[in-house]
Amino acid sequence: MIISAVLRPVVRQVRKSRAVTVCALILLFVAAIAIAGSILSPHAYVDTNFDNRFLSPTFADAHLFGTDNLGRDLFARTMLGIKVTLLVAVIASVVSLVIGVLYGALAGYIGGKLDAVMMRAVDALYALPFIFFVILLMVVFEQSFMLIFIAIGAVNWLDMARIVRGQTMSLKQKEFVEAARVIGVPTRGIILRHITPNLLGVVVVYMTLTIPQAILLESFLSFLGLGVQEPQTSLGALVNDGVGHMEQAPWLLVVPATVLALILLCFNFLGDGLRDLSDPKRAVR
Amino acid sequence: MLRYALTRILGAIPTLLIVIAIAFLMVHAAPGGPFDSERVLPPDVEQNIARYYHLDESLPQQFVRYLSGLLRGDLGPSYSYRDYPVSRIIADAFPLSMWLGTLAMLLALVAGISAGLVAALKKNTLPDRLVTGAAMLGISVPVFVVAPISVLLFAVYLDWLPASWTGGDGWSRLVLPVVTLALPQIAVIARLTRASMIDVLASDYVRTARAQGLGTASIVRFHAVKPALRPLLSYLGPAIAGVLTGSVVIEEVFGINGVGSFFIQGALNRDYTLVLGITIFYAVIVIALNLAVDLLYGLLDPRVRTR
Repeated sequence: MIISAVLRPVVRQVRKSRAVTVCALILLFVAAIAIAGSILSPHAYVDTNFDNRFLSPTFADAHLFGTDNLGRDLFARTMLGIKVTLLVAVIASVVSLVIGVLYGALAGYIGGKLDAVMMRAVDALYALPFIFFVILLMVVFEQSFMLIFIAIGAVNWLDMARIVRGQTMSLKQKEFVEAARVIGVPTRGIILRHITPNLLGVVVVYMTLTIPQAILLESFLSFLGLGVQEPQTSLGALVNDGVGHMEQAPWLLVVPATVLALILLCFNFLGDGLRDLSDPKRAVR
Repeated sequence: MLRYALTRILGAIPTLLIVIAIAFLMVHAAPGGPFDSERVLPPDVEQNIARYYHLDESLPQQFVRYLSGLLRGDLGPSYSYRDYPVSRIIADAFPLSMWLGTLAMLLALVAGISAGLVAALKKNTLPDRLVTGAAMLGISVPVFVVAPISVLLFAVYLDWLPASWTGGDGWSRLVLPVVTLALPQIAVIARLTRASMIDVLASDYVRTARAQGLGTASIVRFHAVKPALRPLLSYLGPAIAGVLTGSVVIEEVFGINGVGSFFIQGALNRDYTLVLGITIFYAVIVIALNLAVDLLYGLLDPRVRTR
């Protein structure tokens, strides 16, 4: 009786971490296939073939996912879409990470009035319909990958800033920070050299939760035709293409939609699981 | 309470101004003007166009003009819809969007709260697993995937519901848009409700109530539900922003002529004033609703006021 009561939380943890492991493996597998995809498939993602329009998925001629309205191979295009989507999400997350960590560390370390003002600003920004500003940005400037990174990164740093601020506030009570201050290290040096490296664990965990948000934003923009442009493609753009032809060629919608959903689900599970593992108090719930 | 309300209202004004200024500057920092085209116009004509749209004035002058127009509900002329001022487009399209958004919000609250409460009360049983699993799915799978897939399933294959707004009438055409719009919010609200209800059920005063011999039903009804739902109030703001964002996709997928679809058409046509006008309009709505939520919070929880 007692033994099982002691073991139960442990078992639950392992089961949770098993979900984490499975999700990580799925994501690695998807990424690996996407990278190898251009080698695996004999078709290039731009090649059109008007004799082979709307082929349903078949092993013949290696059109594993069928072809689209221009006879382009959907497998090759999906693989490119995964690559673009993941790449954009990771880079955009790094942008948001840099902004969020610096902002949060500054607010948390300085504290006082500055902290109050900075966090009030985050609260105000939190509720804004950001996507409209991102779209405004995409309309006004020439669409480019650079702009997508910046736009998504500029929107996604709020959570990170909050988390980092909390961590910084507890870190700055620690002896080593006090020691650094006593030796005369300037504030900038303390934040960059002593606080930031110690935030790494939390930041990594929360980045796995930022990436799916970035994926969501990018594919949302691409779905509306405002993100990644032809001949490049992303999963959101592929879903958009698929919607236009879903009655005669449902696979054009179903394949990219499933892949996108799978990737998002895995990232969310991974992030949730890692967060629970790093913070056992939450996991007990 | 009055002091609290005043500080909150005064606090919202600078936010509003900053948001408007950022949006305005973003549009005016654009390389090239809205009337740059292949065709070379005579300089006189160009000057006339610039004067008509006040593009010959300095940036601060244009901003002040825009602001004073804004106060009178005038968002300027649309660049792509001739003879239709932006405010008229919004006024015509908004009732439909508001109707959809309100229905989706109500559905999200009712379904999300019930699912969350059930999951919390039956923690770690099958119903709980189902709810948390479905909520994870609802959070992960984006609206623009759920909406077309459900059209494919329920409209094309099963033929139960109309695939588009114009393809049906009455209540049947509302079902798919409202449900798909509400799904992600149902998921988040269910998760929030579950977590906060579990916290409340583990709290000391619930234990005391139980020790006094109250049954589970009356503990839940009279002691647990109200405090468990309070954290939801602060999620209302983000939820409204989420529904507005989702409505853009929903209106696009179902062919509904709401504000969202005009926004996307404006974005694709590079109709600066229309996109700017709708962005500001939505920002104002969200800021106003957040203010309302803040005030409500102050009414319900006196501790917030003194902070």
